[in-house]
Amino acid sequence: MKVLALIIVILTGSLLIYSSLDMPDWGDPNSPASTHVSPRYIEKTIEETATPNAVTSVLADYRGYDTLGETVVIFTAAVVCILLLRRFEDDKTH
Amino acid sequence: MIRLIEDLHIQFVCRIMVPLIQFFALYVIAHGHYSPGGGFQGGCILGASFILMMIAYDIEYVKKRFPEKFNTFMVAFGVFLYAAIGALCLILGAEYLNYGILHKILPADPVKVRALGTLGIEIGVGITVSAVMLSIFLNLSTFGKHEKSEV
Amino acid sequence: MIWIVDILLLTIVVICAIGAIYVKDLLSSAILLGAYSFLMCLLWTEMGAVDVAFTEAAVGAGISTAFFIGAIYQTTRRTKD
Repeated sequence: MKVLALIIVILTGSLLIYSSLDMPDWGDPNSPASTHVSPRYIEKTIEETATPNAVTSVLADYRGYDTLGETVVIFTAAVVCILLLRRFEDDKTH
Repeated sequence: MIRLIEDLHIQFVCRIMVPLIQFFALYVIAHGHYSPGGGFQGGCILGASFILMMIAYDIEYVKKRFPEKFNTFMVAFGVFLYAAIGALCLILGAEYLNYGILHKILPADPVKVRALGTLGIEIGVGITVSAVMLSIFLNLSTFGKHEKSEV
Repeated sequence: MIWIVDILLLTIVVICAIGAIYVKDLLSSAILLGAYSFLMCLLWTEMGAVDVAFTEAAVGAGISTAFFIGAIYQTTRRTKD
Protein backbone atom coordinates (compact mmCIF):
# COMPACT_ATOMS: atom_id res chain seq x y z
CA MET A 1 0.00 0.00 0.00
CA LYS A 2 2.85 2.37 0.82
CA VAL A 3 4.50 1.60 -2.53
CA LEU A 4 1.27 2.44 -4.33
CA ALA A 5 1.04 5.76 -2.47
CA LEU A 6 4.67 6.56 -3.35
CA ILE A 7 4.02 5.81 -7.03
CA ILE A 8 0.94 8.05 -7.05
CA VAL A 9 2.84 10.88 -5.36
CA ILE A 10 5.76 10.62 -7.79
CA LEU A 11 3.38 10.53 -10.79
CA THR A 12 1.46 13.56 -9.58
CA GLY A 13 4.64 15.48 -8.81
CA SER A 14 6.17 14.78 -12.18
CA LEU A 15 2.91 15.79 -13.87
CA LEU A 16 2.91 19.09 -11.97
CA ILE A 17 6.56 19.78 -12.82
CA TYR A 18 5.89 18.91 -16.47
CA SER A 19 2.93 21.29 -16.62
CA SER A 20 4.93 24.07 -14.96
CA LEU A 21 7.37 23.99 -17.87
CA ASP A 22 4.72 25.64 -20.07
CA MET A 23 4.24 28.55 -17.69
CA PRO A 24 5.91 31.89 -18.51
CA ASP A 25 9.18 32.78 -16.83
CA TRP A 26 9.12 34.54 -13.48
CA GLY A 27 8.86 38.30 -14.02
CA ASP A 28 8.37 37.98 -17.77
CA PRO A 29 6.95 41.32 -19.02
CA ASN A 30 5.40 39.66 -22.09
CA SER A 31 3.42 37.05 -20.19
CA PRO A 32 -0.38 37.25 -20.49
CA ALA A 33 -0.80 38.13 -16.82
CA SER A 34 1.35 41.26 -17.05
CA THR A 35 0.10 42.55 -20.40
CA HIS A 36 -3.65 42.48 -19.91
CA VAL A 37 -4.89 44.46 -16.88
CA SER A 38 -1.82 44.80 -14.66
CA PRO A 39 -0.35 47.85 -16.47
CA ARG A 40 -3.67 49.65 -16.29
CA TYR A 41 -3.93 49.12 -12.52
CA ILE A 42 -0.30 50.09 -11.96
CA GLU A 43 -0.61 53.28 -14.00
CA LYS A 44 -3.99 54.49 -12.75
CA THR A 45 -4.00 53.44 -9.10
CA ILE A 46 -2.68 56.74 -7.68
CA GLU A 47 -4.93 59.04 -9.66
CA GLU A 48 -8.05 56.91 -9.25
CA THR A 49 -7.85 55.72 -5.64
CA ALA A 50 -5.10 57.81 -3.93
CA THR A 51 -3.59 54.59 -2.57
CA PRO A 52 0.15 54.15 -3.19
CA ASN A 53 0.10 50.42 -2.43
CA ALA A 54 -1.33 48.86 -5.59
CA VAL A 55 -2.00 45.55 -3.86
CA THR A 56 -4.32 47.17 -1.33
CA SER A 57 -6.11 49.19 -3.99
CA VAL A 58 -6.75 46.09 -6.10
CA LEU A 59 -7.72 43.99 -3.09
CA ALA A 60 -10.07 46.45 -1.41
CA ASP A 61 -11.17 48.78 -4.18
CA TYR A 62 -11.11 47.31 -7.68
CA ARG A 63 -11.90 43.80 -6.44
CA GLY A 64 -13.79 44.72 -3.30
CA TYR A 65 -16.47 42.15 -3.88
CA ASP A 66 -13.91 39.31 -3.67
CA THR A 67 -12.67 40.61 -0.33
CA LEU A 68 -16.25 40.71 0.93
CA GLY A 69 -16.56 37.03 0.03
CA GLU A 70 -13.28 36.28 1.79
CA THR A 71 -14.51 38.00 4.95
CA VAL A 72 -17.76 36.03 4.82
CA VAL A 73 -15.68 32.83 4.56
CA ILE A 74 -13.81 33.69 7.77
CA PHE A 75 -17.11 34.59 9.47
CA THR A 76 -18.52 31.21 8.40
CA ALA A 77 -15.46 29.46 9.85
CA ALA A 78 -16.11 31.01 13.26
CA VAL A 79 -19.83 30.22 13.14
CA VAL A 80 -19.17 26.58 12.21
CA CYS A 81 -16.51 26.28 14.92
CA ILE A 82 -18.96 27.55 17.54
CA LEU A 83 -21.76 25.30 16.27
CA LEU A 84 -19.62 22.15 16.22
CA LEU A 85 -17.49 22.58 19.33
CA ARG A 86 -19.36 24.71 21.83
CA ARG A 87 -20.96 22.80 24.73
CA PHE A 88 -22.95 24.61 27.36
CA GLU A 89 -23.13 23.76 31.05
CA ASP A 90 -26.80 22.81 31.15
CA ASP A 91 -26.57 20.56 28.08
CA LYS A 92 -27.70 17.10 29.26
CA THR A 93 -27.11 15.26 25.96
CA HIS A 94 -23.34 14.87 26.46
CA MET B 1 -5.10 22.95 29.11
CA ILE B 2 -5.18 26.60 30.05
CA ARG B 3 -5.23 27.34 33.75
CA LEU B 4 -3.66 29.96 35.91
CA ILE B 5 -0.01 29.17 36.56
CA GLU B 6 1.61 31.79 38.73
CA ASP B 7 4.78 32.29 36.71
CA LEU B 8 6.14 35.75 37.22
CA HIS B 9 8.47 35.73 34.22
CA ILE B 10 5.82 34.81 31.67
CA GLN B 11 3.29 37.27 33.06
CA PHE B 12 5.82 40.10 33.19
CA VAL B 13 7.01 39.54 29.62
CA CYS B 14 3.39 39.24 28.44
CA ARG B 15 2.49 42.46 30.23
CA ILE B 16 5.22 44.27 28.27
CA MET B 17 4.69 42.53 24.94
CA VAL B 18 0.90 42.71 24.55
CA PRO B 19 0.58 46.53 24.21
CA LEU B 20 3.44 46.61 21.70
CA ILE B 21 1.85 43.83 19.63
CA GLN B 22 -1.51 45.61 19.69
CA PHE B 23 0.04 48.93 18.66
CA PHE B 24 1.79 47.17 15.79
CA ALA B 25 -1.48 45.50 14.75
CA LEU B 26 -3.33 48.83 14.69
CA TYR B 27 -0.44 50.33 12.71
CA VAL B 28 -0.66 47.51 10.17
CA ILE B 29 -4.42 47.97 9.78
CA ALA B 30 -4.28 51.76 9.48
CA HIS B 31 -1.15 51.90 7.33
CA GLY B 32 -2.23 49.34 4.75
CA HIS B 33 -2.42 51.99 2.05
CA TYR B 34 1.27 52.82 2.16
CA SER B 35 3.03 49.65 3.20
CA PRO B 36 2.37 45.92 3.11
CA GLY B 37 -0.45 44.95 5.38
CA GLY B 38 -4.14 45.48 5.68
CA GLY B 39 -7.14 44.30 7.59
CA PHE B 40 -6.47 40.58 7.43
CA GLN B 41 -2.86 40.67 8.59
CA GLY B 42 -3.49 43.30 11.26
CA GLY B 43 -6.51 41.42 12.54
CA CYS B 44 -4.45 38.24 12.77
CA ILE B 45 -1.77 40.01 14.83
CA LEU B 46 -4.43 41.55 17.08
CA GLY B 47 -6.02 38.13 17.62
CA ALA B 48 -2.58 36.67 18.35
CA SER B 49 -2.09 39.23 21.13
CA PHE B 50 -5.34 38.08 22.75
CA ILE B 51 -4.21 34.46 22.42
CA LEU B 52 -0.90 35.36 24.11
CA MET B 53 -2.86 36.98 26.93
CA MET B 54 -4.97 33.82 27.23
CA ILE B 55 -1.91 31.57 27.43
CA ALA B 56 0.10 33.69 29.86
CA TYR B 57 -2.81 34.32 32.23
CA ASP B 58 -5.92 32.16 32.05
CA ILE B 59 -9.19 32.05 30.16
CA GLU B 60 -11.19 33.99 32.70
CA TYR B 61 -8.72 36.88 32.44
CA VAL B 62 -9.54 37.27 28.75
CA LYS B 63 -13.23 36.38 29.05
CA LYS B 64 -13.64 39.14 31.63
CA ARG B 65 -12.43 41.66 29.04
CA PHE B 66 -14.05 40.06 26.01
CA PRO B 67 -17.23 38.28 27.09
CA GLU B 68 -18.39 35.58 24.74
CA LYS B 69 -21.52 37.41 23.61
CA PHE B 70 -19.52 40.58 22.86
CA ASN B 71 -16.92 38.59 20.94
CA THR B 72 -19.52 36.78 18.84
CA PHE B 73 -21.21 40.12 18.20
CA MET B 74 -17.89 41.51 16.97
CA VAL B 75 -17.50 38.55 14.58
CA ALA B 76 -20.69 39.59 12.85
CA PHE B 77 -20.15 43.34 13.25
CA GLY B 78 -17.06 43.46 11.01
CA VAL B 79 -18.87 41.76 8.13
CA PHE B 80 -21.81 44.08 8.75
CA LEU B 81 -19.54 47.14 8.60
CA TYR B 82 -18.10 45.98 5.29
CA ALA B 83 -21.50 45.25 3.76
CA ALA B 84 -23.00 48.46 5.19
CA ILE B 85 -20.36 50.63 3.52
CA GLY B 86 -21.21 48.87 0.25
CA ALA B 87 -24.92 49.38 0.81
CA LEU B 88 -24.33 53.06 1.66
CA CYS B 89 -22.80 53.51 -1.78
CA LEU B 90 -25.85 51.78 -3.23
CA ILE B 91 -28.20 54.12 -1.37
CA LEU B 92 -26.29 57.23 -2.47
CA GLY B 93 -26.75 56.24 -6.10
CA ALA B 94 -23.65 54.39 -7.26
CA GLU B 95 -22.77 50.71 -7.67
CA TYR B 96 -22.25 48.39 -4.70
CA LEU B 97 -18.83 49.09 -3.07
CA ASN B 98 -18.11 52.04 -5.39
CA TYR B 99 -16.66 54.32 -2.71
CA GLY B 100 -16.31 57.37 -4.95
CA ILE B 101 -19.91 58.36 -4.32
CA LEU B 102 -19.21 58.81 -0.58
CA HIS B 103 -17.98 62.36 -1.28
CA LYS B 104 -21.59 63.44 -0.94
CA ILE B 105 -21.46 62.84 2.83
CA LEU B 106 -17.72 63.05 3.60
CA PRO B 107 -15.73 66.28 3.29
CA ALA B 108 -13.18 65.14 0.69
CA ASP B 109 -12.84 64.97 -3.07
CA PRO B 110 -13.93 61.77 -4.87
CA VAL B 111 -10.37 60.41 -5.18
CA LYS B 112 -9.43 60.88 -1.52
CA VAL B 113 -12.74 59.46 -0.42
CA ARG B 114 -11.94 56.17 -2.12
CA ALA B 115 -8.95 55.80 0.20
CA LEU B 116 -11.25 56.51 3.15
CA GLY B 117 -13.70 53.86 1.98
CA THR B 118 -10.83 51.40 1.66
CA LEU B 119 -9.78 52.24 5.24
CA GLY B 120 -13.35 51.63 6.43
CA ILE B 121 -13.55 48.16 5.00
CA GLU B 122 -10.05 47.33 6.27
CA ILE B 123 -11.25 48.18 9.78
CA GLY B 124 -14.27 45.91 9.27
CA VAL B 125 -12.09 43.03 8.11
CA GLY B 126 -9.71 43.60 11.04
CA ILE B 127 -12.52 43.48 13.62
CA THR B 128 -13.92 40.28 12.13
CA VAL B 129 -10.58 38.49 11.83
CA SER B 130 -9.37 39.31 15.34
CA ALA B 131 -12.67 38.24 16.92
CA VAL B 132 -12.73 35.06 14.81
CA MET B 133 -9.21 34.08 15.86
CA LEU B 134 -10.06 34.55 19.54
CA SER B 135 -13.31 32.59 19.19
CA ILE B 136 -11.74 29.67 17.29
CA PHE B 137 -8.83 29.36 19.72
CA LEU B 138 -11.14 29.52 22.73
CA ASN B 139 -13.39 26.77 21.37
CA LEU B 140 -10.57 24.64 20.00
CA SER B 141 -8.28 24.61 23.01
CA THR B 142 -10.99 23.89 25.59
CA PHE B 143 -13.16 21.67 23.39
CA GLY B 144 -16.05 24.10 23.80
CA LYS B 145 -16.25 23.73 27.59
CA HIS B 146 -14.79 27.01 28.71
CA GLU B 147 -17.46 27.86 31.23
CA LYS B 148 -15.83 25.70 33.87
CA SER B 149 -12.49 27.17 34.84
CA GLU B 150 -10.80 23.83 35.54
CA VAL B 151 -10.64 22.56 31.96
CA MET C 1 23.57 35.50 -7.13
CA ILE C 2 20.02 35.46 -5.82
CA TRP C 3 19.42 31.95 -7.20
CA ILE C 4 21.79 30.48 -4.62
CA VAL C 5 19.50 31.84 -1.88
CA ASP C 6 16.55 30.41 -3.81
CA ILE C 7 18.02 26.91 -3.99
CA LEU C 8 19.08 27.03 -0.34
CA LEU C 9 15.63 28.14 0.84
CA LEU C 10 13.82 25.59 -1.31
CA THR C 11 16.04 22.81 0.02
CA ILE C 12 15.33 23.73 3.65
CA VAL C 13 11.59 24.03 2.83
CA VAL C 14 11.58 20.46 1.46
CA ILE C 15 13.54 19.20 4.48
CA CYS C 16 11.06 20.88 6.86
CA ALA C 17 8.08 19.44 5.01
CA ILE C 18 9.47 15.88 5.04
CA GLY C 19 10.49 16.22 8.68
CA ALA C 20 7.01 17.39 9.67
CA ILE C 21 5.59 14.16 8.27
CA TYR C 22 8.21 11.80 9.66
CA VAL C 23 8.56 13.09 13.21
CA LYS C 24 6.62 11.12 15.85
CA ASP C 25 5.91 14.00 18.21
CA LEU C 26 2.93 16.07 17.07
CA LEU C 27 4.16 19.18 18.91
CA SER C 28 7.48 19.03 17.03
CA SER C 29 5.48 18.55 13.85
CA ALA C 30 3.54 21.75 14.50
CA ILE C 31 6.74 23.69 15.20
CA LEU C 32 8.29 22.31 12.00
CA LEU C 33 5.25 23.52 10.06
CA GLY C 34 5.78 26.96 11.58
CA ALA C 35 9.40 26.90 10.42
CA TYR C 36 8.17 25.82 6.97
CA SER C 37 5.83 28.82 6.90
CA PHE C 38 8.61 31.22 7.83
CA LEU C 39 10.85 29.87 5.08
CA MET C 40 8.00 30.20 2.59
CA CYS C 41 7.62 33.79 3.82
CA LEU C 42 11.29 34.42 3.04
CA LEU C 43 10.74 32.93 -0.42
CA TRP C 44 7.78 35.23 -1.10
CA THR C 45 9.81 38.22 0.05
CA GLU C 46 12.67 37.26 -2.23
CA MET C 47 10.22 37.06 -5.17
CA GLY C 48 8.91 40.56 -4.38
CA ALA C 49 5.44 39.58 -3.14
CA VAL C 50 5.68 41.41 0.18
CA ASP C 51 1.96 41.37 0.95
CA VAL C 52 1.77 37.61 0.50
CA ALA C 53 4.84 37.24 2.70
CA PHE C 54 3.21 39.30 5.43
CA THR C 55 0.08 37.18 5.28
CA GLU C 56 2.14 34.00 5.40
CA ALA C 57 4.08 35.23 8.43
CA ALA C 58 0.94 36.35 10.29
CA VAL C 59 -1.36 33.46 9.45
CA GLY C 60 0.84 30.50 8.54
CA ALA C 61 3.55 30.94 11.12
CA GLY C 62 1.67 32.72 13.88
CA ILE C 63 -1.98 31.85 14.18
CA SER C 64 -2.06 28.36 12.68
CA THR C 65 0.80 27.17 14.92
CA ALA C 66 -1.18 28.39 17.93
CA PHE C 67 -4.27 26.56 16.64
CA PHE C 68 -2.28 23.37 16.08
CA ILE C 69 -0.89 23.47 19.60
CA GLY C 70 -4.36 24.15 20.99
CA ALA C 71 -5.73 21.16 19.07
CA ILE C 72 -2.84 18.87 20.07
CA TYR C 73 -3.61 19.40 23.76
CA GLN C 74 -7.05 17.86 23.13
CA THR C 75 -5.59 14.67 21.69
CA THR C 76 -2.58 12.44 22.27
CA ARG C 77 0.79 13.96 21.65
CA ARG C 78 2.42 10.99 19.94
CA THR C 79 1.27 9.43 16.68
CA LYS C 80 0.73 5.71 16.25
CA ASP C 81 2.27 5.25 12.80
